[in-house]
Amino acid sequence: MKYTEEHEWLRVEDDVVVVGITAHASEQLGDVVFVELPEVGTEVSKDDDAVVIESVKAASDILAPIDGEIVEVNDVLADEPGKVNEDPEGDAWFFKLKPSDPSQMDDYMDEAAYKKFIG
Amino acid sequence: MSDLKTTPLRDLHVELGGKMVPFAGYEMPVQYPLGVMKEHLHTRAKAGLFDVSHMGQVIVYAGGSYEAAALAMEKLVPVNLAGLGKNRQRYGFFTNEQGGIMDDLMIANRGDHMFVVVNAACKEGDIAHMREGLGDCSVDEIEDRALLALQGPAAEAVLSAIVPEAAEMKFMDVGMFGSDYDELWISRSGYTGEDGYEISVSNENAVALAKALLAHEDVEPIGLGARDSLRLEGGLCLYGNDIDSTTSPVEAALTWAVQKVRRRGGEREGGFPGADRILDEFENGASRTRVGLRPEGRAPMREGTPLYAAAEGGEQVGHVTSGAFGPTIEGPMSMGYVSSDLAAEGTQLFGEVRNKRQPVSVATMPFTPANFKR
Repeated sequence: MKYTEEHEWLRVEDDVVVVGITAHASEQLGDVVFVELPEVGTEVSKDDDAVVIESVKAASDILAPIDGEIVEVNDVLADEPGKVNEDPEGDAWFFKLKPSDPSQMDDYMDEAAYKKFIG
Repeated sequence: MSDLKTTPLRDLHVELGGKMVPFAGYEMPVQYPLGVMKEHLHTRAKAGLFDVSHMGQVIVYAGGSYEAAALAMEKLVPVNLAGLGKNRQRYGFFTNEQGGIMDDLMIANRGDHMFVVVNAACKEGDIAHMREGLGDCSVDEIEDRALLALQGPAAEAVLSAIVPEAAEMKFMDVGMFGSDYDELWISRSGYTGEDGYEISVSNENAVALAKALLAHEDVEPIGLGARDSLRLEGGLCLYGNDIDSTTSPVEAALTWAVQKVRRRGGEREGGFPGADRILDEFENGASRTRVGLRPEGRAPMREGTPLYAAAEGGEQVGHVTSGAFGPTIEGPMSMGYVSSDLAAEGTQLFGEVRNKRQPVSVATMPFTPANFKR
């Protein structure tokens, strides 16, 4: 797993990268009530807005962590946004992305570094 | 948070795991470990305990006559206060010369004096306004008492175990009762749309009373986050968002709070700041109106969202003043102001969220049925 300073996690599965948010981020957000996912087939660049999350507190954007094409989205979250709080690092992934340049992941933190980052 | 004021319950909030935030100059809990959604649902299902000690408690005394205090206060508040029965309270607001609302408040007849509760953020201004406007009355801020709210269908059973008289009270009754926590000043009212009470208790007894209420298995502590979603589902205004110094009572759809006796042709017509504009709007209507709004789908339409009559083009016709997800209605809800010709229930409008116009319809409030013991 790799982690971004935006509190996203990236997990490599064969030739795609699965993206979600960390448990720490989901706690900070509070109860999630709405998730808007990108369309499959969308080409995204690093730092593009990819997902909108609304919690009981506020709206937040989840950024594309690397360049690539969205190849699958987790439609379950549209009906059950609360899963983001229940299992943020498991079932509640947001999208799978086919990276155009996998080396962009090298800059991100490993688990130990992320734990240190969130203190 | 060293510049912030605290309430007598501050350490208890921290002990209970409350996440403390600055609010109206006070350090207050926005949520507890249960979280906003579950705190909200718990309050509607059983009972929630809220610390509202940041609000201002004020006694207006006019030589031992409630009526004299009421008649003086009617010069600032467009409400029938002289006609308020003993041990009853009523909702009202201070108006300004432009006919806007300076603050909303609760006003109680306590026999030989008047007791009022005002919003935390406005209390200094309100007290100065009362001292200036109430002539010979004395206006005393009560700073040695905390204020708790116990809200929800289990509130009566929980509180009457401590104060048996609470069970006999009806919605908007007030009373002063002896208890193991010294004298409690209780009103059967609140800010959630549920049955419940607000309980004024001496600072020294506040923690013990809060702990006694929380010891009941049906009671959970509730933070400001759920307080906001509960009041919005209940269709209740938040001062500073849904009403302010630019919104008149008619625009704000609070005409029910201005009794006939203060309107044109009434026995004590007018005589409050902004009466010309406000009474004129009673007869001729206002150009904009506060309405409830139900967005389609699940995405909340938050404060500031501009509203349009058409999916594309056209002038803005209003804006959202409060918006959130309603845990009980399991969907988004908002309130806001729209041009009065678009205020009818069911009118289809569009709110611009993230540069896209999303459908939203005008809906009746409260969004959840009120559950008062009348």
